Amino acid sequence: MTATSQSTARRVLADQPVRDDVERAFRPDRRRVNWWLTALVAVCALTVLIPLYLTVVTALKTPDQLGGTGFGLPTSARWENFADAWTLTSFPRALLNTGLVTVGTVLLTLVTNSMVAYAIARNLHRRFFKGLYIYFIAALFVPFPIIMLPVVKQTAIFGLDNQLGLILLYTVYGLSFNIFVYVAFIRSIPLELEEAALTDGATTWTVFWRIIFPLLGPMNATVGILTCLWAWNDFMLPLVILSDPSAQTLPLAQFIFQGQFNTNYPVAFASYLMAMAPLLVVYLFAQRWVISGVMRGSSK
Amino acid sequence: MSTEVSRPTRPGTPSSPPALRPERRVPRVFYLMVLPALALFAVFHTVPLLTGMFFSLTNYAGYGEWSFVGLRNYVNLFGDDRIYGAYGFTFLFAIVSTVAVNIIALSIAIALNGRIRFKTGFRGIFFIPNILSILIVGYVFNYLFSNSVPAIADALGITSLTTSILASPDTAWIGVVILSVWQAAAFNIIIYLAGLQTIPTELYEAAALDGASPWKQFTSITFPMIGAFFTINMVLSLKNFLQVFDQIVSLTAGGPGTSTESISLLIYRGGFQGGEYGYQTANAVIYLFVIIAISFIQLRVLQRREASF
Repeated sequence: MTATSQSTARRVLADQPVRDDVERAFRPDRRRVNWWLTALVAVCALTVLIPLYLTVVTALKTPDQLGGTGFGLPTSARWENFADAWTLTSFPRALLNTGLVTVGTVLLTLVTNSMVAYAIARNLHRRFFKGLYIYFIAALFVPFPIIMLPVVKQTAIFGLDNQLGLILLYTVYGLSFNIFVYVAFIRSIPLELEEAALTDGATTWTVFWRIIFPLLGPMNATVGILTCLWAWNDFMLPLVILSDPSAQTLPLAQFIFQGQFNTNYPVAFASYLMAMAPLLVVYLFAQRWVISGVMRGSSK
Repeated sequence: MSTEVSRPTRPGTPSSPPALRPERRVPRVFYLMVLPALALFAVFHTVPLLTGMFFSLTNYAGYGEWSFVGLRNYVNLFGDDRIYGAYGFTFLFAIVSTVAVNIIALSIAIALNGRIRFKTGFRGIFFIPNILSILIVGYVFNYLFSNSVPAIADALGITSLTTSILASPDTAWIGVVILSVWQAAAFNIIIYLAGLQTIPTELYEAAALDGASPWKQFTSITFPMIGAFFTINMVLSLKNFLQVFDQIVSLTAGGPGTSTESISLLIYRGGFQGGEYGYQTANAVIYLFVIIAISFIQLRVLQRREASF
């Protein structure tokens, strides 16, 4: 098949000498690297890297090395800062809480939100599902502070002022945006696939799990990445929902810690670095995938 | 559900002709798929929304007794200087940040889409801020603004920057803008990059042949072609910036004084700590209508502009 399309392409090019000229005129140009632009981009990239560098060097200093701009390298690295931060913020417990909430949220979101979107996407001609679609999407415009105060009371009454409550709330609040992207994607999947399976005796349920869910792969990646970043980094929802200090997540642990020990910058920065590190490490390995996932989500 | 005429036929039952299936079959399984989500959404989103609207008509402090006060909270909002202050700051911040983030993100996205080396590497670097918690980054920026920048300014002899910009009520908002733009640019860059890649390169080749300058190519090809992405970014940025919270908690805590107190922060503080539950919920209701109105106006205006190209 590739051979055919290649020969077709060659034939088309041969028929159009003008096109060929254009290609020849531009190919070398496109290959040539614009070093001035590269340098400019590199300088801009420094704005991202400098705050990170500052975090790392500060985390390794002793308090008396702090003077000046703070950009100087530590004269001798003080690794105890990390040990101090570890105990002061109850790091392992906060990490476990954040991990639990993030993994739980991502899994529950992927399974439920895609299913809801499937039911809506395949029944948009029915009044009930159309209405449901509009109902969920409309919530995109409701700012969190308006429901914040009542929701806190409600979760307390239901005994959901804990990690489980967070998972549930992230899953429910993500629905609006996720339905939006999933429905658009599902509607581009041809119905014939499902009809064939249904006439073969499959139930709608199996059709969803065996055919649709696997086809949603790229969209699941996008939704999964965005949900993961949100659940991992969110500060406001844990701040208002969680009542038990042992349930606190990483950002919340930093907030409480900041209030108590904000004078010891090196330990504070070691603590920030440890809170940032897990996602940074994951990102380092999954970088391409993360970016292409987000890009796909935005172009849908 | 009660209006169902027939019981759902089992899939594959020969009695239902395939052509008629979409009309006849009652998709009970589809209802099962959405009803739990609908119930949870109603309980955790719609009920709080309605509860909030109800309590905005009371003098509830968040605890204890309350009584119905009608529209008094709403009337009082209009005479409250602190509310005006919060709206003033939030709008100034949101508009400046939205404009800044879109200009910066679009410029960087165009550069990243150009003929540069290490494209993937740079893209990876520029996306880093988006994976970090704003709260934590805010603490680092706080140090940067309060210690590093004054020290550098001191060494260079720039007297206007030798005191922290966060310490003055007139300049503290600039610090919030810088942090927010730094963090939000990443996501916007990626969206613009996605948009830029939908533009066929032939367009530029043709334009270059016609002798169009880079600026002309930008205004007549690039910008019109990514119109939809520009709309998405503008609407999302403004909506997100209007809800600014983490940035302020970590950078200025609303200060100095109340000069950087955003609407979200005011609702949180007054509602949870200030015994103004009913009053701040009324504020939140007004805030809801403001956000909806702005988003719709923005969408209308930007989409009309898109269509006119």
